[in-house]
Amino acid sequence: MKHQFDVIIVGAGLAGLRAAIELGEDTSVAVLSKVFATRSHSGAAQGGIGAALGNEEEDNWEWHMFDTVKGSDYLGDQDAIEILARDAPRTIYELEHLGVPFNRTPEGKIAQRAFGGHTRNFGEAPVKRACFAADRTGRVILDTLWEKCLQGGIRFFDEFQLMSLIVSEGQCHGVIVYELASGKLHTLHSKAVLLATGGYGKVYKTTSNAFASTGDGLAIAFRAGAPLEDMEFVQFHPTGIYKLGILISEAARGEGGVLRNNEGKRFMELYAPVIKDLAPRDMVSRCILEEVRAGRGIDGKDYVHLDLTHLGEEVLNTKLAEITGFARTYSGVEPITEPIPVQPTCHYMMGGIAADADGKVITDSEGTPFPGLYAAGECACVSVHGANRLGCNSLLDTLVFGRRAGKEMRRYIHTVGFSPLPANPEKEAAAKIATLMESNGNETGGPIREELQEVMMDKVSVFRNRSGLTEALEKVRELKGRYQKIAIQDKGNCFNRDLLDAIELDYMLDLAEVITLGALAREESRGAHSREDFPDRDDQKWLVHTMFRYSKEEGPQVFFKPVTITRFQPKERKY
Amino acid sequence: MKCTFIVYRFDPAVDKEPRYQEYMVEAEPTDKILDCLNKIRWEQDPTLSYRYSCAHGICGSDALMINGRIELACQKLVRDFKTANNFVIEPLPLFKVIKDLVVDMNPFFEKHRTVRPYLISDEDPPEKEWLQDPENQKFFEPALACIMCGSCTAACPINRSNDKYLGPAALLRGFRYVADSRDTATGSRLAQLDNEDGAWGCKSMWWCTDVCPKSIPLTKSIAQIKRLIKEEEKRKTAGS
Repeated sequence: MKHQFDVIIVGAGLAGLRAAIELGEDTSVAVLSKVFATRSHSGAAQGGIGAALGNEEEDNWEWHMFDTVKGSDYLGDQDAIEILARDAPRTIYELEHLGVPFNRTPEGKIAQRAFGGHTRNFGEAPVKRACFAADRTGRVILDTLWEKCLQGGIRFFDEFQLMSLIVSEGQCHGVIVYELASGKLHTLHSKAVLLATGGYGKVYKTTSNAFASTGDGLAIAFRAGAPLEDMEFVQFHPTGIYKLGILISEAARGEGGVLRNNEGKRFMELYAPVIKDLAPRDMVSRCILEEVRAGRGIDGKDYVHLDLTHLGEEVLNTKLAEITGFARTYSGVEPITEPIPVQPTCHYMMGGIAADADGKVITDSEGTPFPGLYAAGECACVSVHGANRLGCNSLLDTLVFGRRAGKEMRRYIHTVGFSPLPANPEKEAAAKIATLMESNGNETGGPIREELQEVMMDKVSVFRNRSGLTEALEKVRELKGRYQKIAIQDKGNCFNRDLLDAIELDYMLDLAEVITLGALAREESRGAHSREDFPDRDDQKWLVHTMFRYSKEEGPQVFFKPVTITRFQPKERKY
Repeated sequence: MKCTFIVYRFDPAVDKEPRYQEYMVEAEPTDKILDCLNKIRWEQDPTLSYRYSCAHGICGSDALMINGRIELACQKLVRDFKTANNFVIEPLPLFKVIKDLVVDMNPFFEKHRTVRPYLISDEDPPEKEWLQDPENQKFFEPALACIMCGSCTAACPINRSNDKYLGPAALLRGFRYVADSRDTATGSRLAQLDNEDGAWGCKSMWWCTDVCPKSIPLTKSIAQIKRLIKEEEKRKTAGS
């Protein structure tokens, strides 16, 4: 089936929906999502969204900008970070006007709370900058934007899997998608495509991410010629529930929670004397693992305690209601009286499809655009998060840059007509499905996926070194070989999860390879990328963005892009 | 430990009628029911279909009938079922089955749309935020926990006999906007809900509240709509 829209948005999380709202009034736009829109993983965001409103105490956007630059370990592009921090208050007021039900201060303003790495006066002390709705901030913003889209009559294609981009003569003009309910392919012809497909934490064994977070948009863009940027920077959130990886929001520490080792000691005081438990995530995750390595994990195991018992029942049951429920349900712990067992969990990808601050996908280190192709949200790398994202900057990123991408696409579509579709645009996607469905191979996806997730967790997570990374790369390439012999057992056309799992696995293997190659290439430690064999940051050599370009013959090819530095020169990063 | 899973199967391309298929699963007491379904699919039978995504009770994809009770498969662990190691897994009742445990949620979302689930204000927004009494925000805050999983509506006995009844989830959304001090369409919203297919359809049987995986006081919220309708009537009578 063929459809035509001015703009196709892939992904119904916050970035995609915000762009849709921007375009919806006067543009024909369709949003497609492999899960029903409100199931998007933005809805799992808990703690807050950052903006220097100054509702609780003095704050300003320059402090927010500085914190984000420092949090990024100086790898973030400062022109983009300035846009993010300056546009943050407007973004919050806009959400509030759309109906987002933020918690309130006694005088009725939007309430704010402390979050990791956010400080007053360039690092002096923690500042209350995170706007929130209990610990379901993502949920309420996602619902509000989705409902705004319903009001605006935006067309949704729910439960459609992205198969490929339609690219001819270096220009993108649509997508091929697979309908889960019927097994049919559809051609969506457009002038512009926005990829807003989110993260890919499922590459790792322990993750806070949803099953749907498999990075489809990135892998497809990569193969279509869009470079991937800074893929080695993978955020491990310090407080995932032990063994499960389910997130316990940083808001728990923002409200006063502390981490303790097996001696009951608040160990973050040693590592970050000024802001302690509110140090950025990369640091806190490393500190937890350092404690474990020194034999101070709980019961000699690889976890520590998150102690919220002093916060009181009222705070836990109201401001942290969701995570209190998670602790009860999944670890059988009562957070009012007992500490929660936690360990780092793969949470967020700083890297992504290289894009500029208007969402335009770029193809080289000079910023040459890929006409018709846009990216925003976690799948994009603008780069505002650099080597490490601060908590409550991701929701902000999706909304600021989702809106900007929407504006830029609206401008762009008036400058171009619909290009004619290439002959038989579905050919490649149809062949891919047929190959999988008809294969007599002796491999199944399950073991390949498990082995991939395990090796990435063991060798390419918080601490890395050359021998481990080399082993991981060999393993990923072996798994890619085995993937060629994969066979689908479900031959049906209706909600064929077996086929969808196999399609997603293909994407995850590609991304795992690029993450590992980037981690091998970057011989320094910066932000979330910590090389045991290169423990120091090396600004002389490595204050650059790592870029990978797809090559069918030779595998991913590395090149570099300079970092934009405007206001803040790199300094040692201490908290 | 060994667990028996008896799972509802129906593939419209092959089956004339639904059937039940039995699987043995080696499970830990701390495994989620969703983990067990995944084990079945990954290790025994890849043809089994069901929805899931976040796997921790926040996306709302995997509401199912588990041992006769509506639950989220990712929010119930094997150890939560004290009686036996036998599990009967069926799709959400009320909804039409598409395949196996996957149901057609469209009618559910259609009802959601009819309550105008967005802020309506005839005032121009201020430069900064609208001020809102924190007590007002707290009043409707429980409704914000809704993940639109459909459990309440599937459980509601009224929905089973009146397919025009909005059902608890849509009414909860209605309540959320009726109660929000920033919304100025309160009167027309209440008028829309003032009938047997709206708030008065609810006979306070509490089944929705009982099954809600987010512990939302649905019946109470619907009762609040009824109370607000009555107050609005009084105000009108007093004014005329």
